[in-house]
Amino acid sequence: MSYTTRRGVLKTLLFGGTALATPSALWAVEYGRGEGMPWVTMRGDPPYYGTTDARFFTPDERAAVAAISARLIPSDDDGPGATEADVVTFLDRQMAGFYGRGQHWYMKGPFAEGTDTQGYQSEYPPAELYRHALAELDAYCRAQDDESFAGLSEGRQDEILTGLDEEKITFDAVSAKVFFDLILKNTIEGYFADPIYGGNRDMVAWRYVGFPGTRYDYRDFVNHGGAPIQLEPVSLMGRPGWSRP
Amino acid sequence: MTRKKLSGFDVVLVGFGWTGAIYAEKLTAAGLEVLALERGPWRDTSKDFATTFAQDELRYYWRHGMFQETAQSTLTFRNNGAETALPMRHWGSFLPGNGVGGSGVHWNGQTYRFLPSDFVARSHNEERYGPLPDGMTVQDYGVTYDELEPHFDYFEKICGICGKAGNLNGQTSPGGNPFEGARSSEYPNPPMQMTFSQDRFEASARDLGLNPFPVPSANMSRAYVNPLGLQLAPCTYCGFCEKYGCGNYSKSSPQTTILPVLMERPNFTLRAESEVLSIDKSPDGSRVTGVTYVDTSGDSFFQPAEMVVMCAYPLENTRLMLLSQIGTPYNPQTGKGVVGKNYCYQVMSGATVFFEDEFTNGFVGAGALGMAVDDYNGDNFDHSGLGFIGGGYIACYTTNARPIESHPVPDGVPEWGSAWKQSVAANFLKTATVGVHGASMAHRSNYLDLDPTYTDRHNRPLLRMTYDFTQNDRRLTNHLTPVAEDIARGMGGGEVKVSERTGAYDSVPYQTTHNTGGTIMGTDPQTSVCNRFCQSWNMPNLFVAGAGLFPQNAGYNPTATVGALAYWSVDAIINQYLPDPGPLVQP
Repeated sequence: MSYTTRRGVLKTLLFGGTALATPSALWAVEYGRGEGMPWVTMRGDPPYYGTTDARFFTPDERAAVAAISARLIPSDDDGPGATEADVVTFLDRQMAGFYGRGQHWYMKGPFAEGTDTQGYQSEYPPAELYRHALAELDAYCRAQDDESFAGLSEGRQDEILTGLDEEKITFDAVSAKVFFDLILKNTIEGYFADPIYGGNRDMVAWRYVGFPGTRYDYRDFVNHGGAPIQLEPVSLMGRPGWSRP
Repeated sequence: MTRKKLSGFDVVLVGFGWTGAIYAEKLTAAGLEVLALERGPWRDTSKDFATTFAQDELRYYWRHGMFQETAQSTLTFRNNGAETALPMRHWGSFLPGNGVGGSGVHWNGQTYRFLPSDFVARSHNEERYGPLPDGMTVQDYGVTYDELEPHFDYFEKICGICGKAGNLNGQTSPGGNPFEGARSSEYPNPPMQMTFSQDRFEASARDLGLNPFPVPSANMSRAYVNPLGLQLAPCTYCGFCEKYGCGNYSKSSPQTTILPVLMERPNFTLRAESEVLSIDKSPDGSRVTGVTYVDTSGDSFFQPAEMVVMCAYPLENTRLMLLSQIGTPYNPQTGKGVVGKNYCYQVMSGATVFFEDEFTNGFVGAGALGMAVDDYNGDNFDHSGLGFIGGGYIACYTTNARPIESHPVPDGVPEWGSAWKQSVAANFLKTATVGVHGASMAHRSNYLDLDPTYTDRHNRPLLRMTYDFTQNDRRLTNHLTPVAEDIARGMGGGEVKVSERTGAYDSVPYQTTHNTGGTIMGTDPQTSVCNRFCQSWNMPNLFVAGAGLFPQNAGYNPTATVGALAYWSVDAIINQYLPDPGPLVQP
């Protein structure tokens, strides 16, 4: 069947037309019409590397967040923790950016508590949740111990974090448990994410667990037979050795 | 918001992922003028998945770089009709795609055909085991495996699927899956090169008398040229497939297997960043007249079309149909109505082996690098007295050693602190998982409708999902998970940690993006949305694509069956509908 015949068949089904807009009036992006793949030079979409300066946390908040993440992933004789990985810088940049603002999340009301299987239902995006929770944590520590969270002993910090995790300590404005779960998740992200986002500094976490990072070809190693594979990790930035003479 | 009218097309496709690309390629080759409307942006390998930044775990998985933003549209969820559904404020259990290529960009590439008995799930099981229980709304597809076989075959050749036949024209073929339906030809490419974990899985499964075979993979085992003349490159086992675009042209996707040819055709047009708000119909409701969409200016347009194919994700296809008031919405109280009926998912469980002296090196992997057994899938085993139908495949993949996502620790290890950290470091390179990929059978109480409270950015109701695992699901997973555990225990490691599927369905942890049903196909307009050619029973110039057509979900990944149904449907459009437009099946 020829093209025109098919067109003819379908034309009989077409309804009457009215005034037509031209495609040039569209704000959509139009491709095709035999033009081929719309490839444009110098139009890659590289990641956002973040900023170098603290942008969201106040100094007191930053000290508290650094102390919390240092207990969630401690530094010890076995290997680096959140402190060496500079997780607090990662968290600060995340809270200052689209993630902290909940910019890509559905944040319309009404808000209700929900069941465990319904997930995050706070009216606050992550950055505001952190801010409210850190204020309440500070108030709790000062009332109980007359000290900021960062000023407490590691043992006492662990006790308080366990209290949040097990819902023995509660907050008023936000859920202490939701905050604990979120900062634990974000701390793990900061520890293991590519260093371009501010944490996992010098790829310490990747080196510690043996992850070679963003290499793109392991064909020579598929047949490893259960033996270890020793590879220096590589970040999206490359690695320092590459730029040395 | 203004509403402008545009010049018409023969066919308008709503959504432009795998099925949109398949329909567009075939319909433009047949000479029709085709327009695809895609809500998200253009994406291609050179610009969006370059090897210099594609393997960014934070950006693509945890910050949802290539997924639909819930701020644009999400759904509400509840476990049962007595609860109040609340919005999924960010994604968890599943990850709908966005942009050109849709979920076909960020899938793993596990490309199984459903079994012949899966397409006749009601009649087959009732014939063998007697009537299905009350409330189980399992139905036949209306199309058979034999009818789909040439279309499975073609989709596999388009993708260059790598595997080993187990049943060639009815003859058992060693090394493949002995339970599969008869294949008309061998896979276009040999299986991928397996690694340590698959070797151990294969040996353990054989010791148990099971029949291991290499998972059919859309990650290339060698360079390949497909029937459209497009080239795919050998996979480099980088381990960034699911949730990521492939920078090597090694994973089959619309971008690598169809688009470069389609975009050269003068009778194809793609409008990206154009979100369809409704399917529009004639005053008497007998035909579709086109679609209304909104672009990034906020202006809305009426786009006339002589035929519309709904190629969006299943959840959005169902929602669009409900918003457009096409077909009767499903009512769980009466069991009447069809749109939103038979929402199904997948029932996942598994067992993780912790090796002591040997390294699994999970970062050397690929999305579909795995060995599987099908002895407990579909009706491959006798269900007499078991109290459930269906099953699942059991597989060991090496695909997921990305450290934010995957750092399993043995039972009893705390979730944070020094003990957790040290256990992560000790086990990161030494685990393998044997997973159960279980079927999900339809039940009267699991369905999709419009939410009464929550709306999207255009103030249209969100879709509401009411879903929980059923008795069939629980008996199925309780029967299969111990088999996975047995295989895991035979793999030569130390501790084995079993992850059973217990409790209510939880929308929070990622499980799988295999959402099915809502716009199901079948043999009767009283119980299905589409006929066996995926054509709307109500309006003959409206067709529906995708896993929303599945009356229930089988124990496999859906993409091969989605592809085969699209080729089957478009073949019917070209050879039956165009010569004589009208209903292809008389109700």
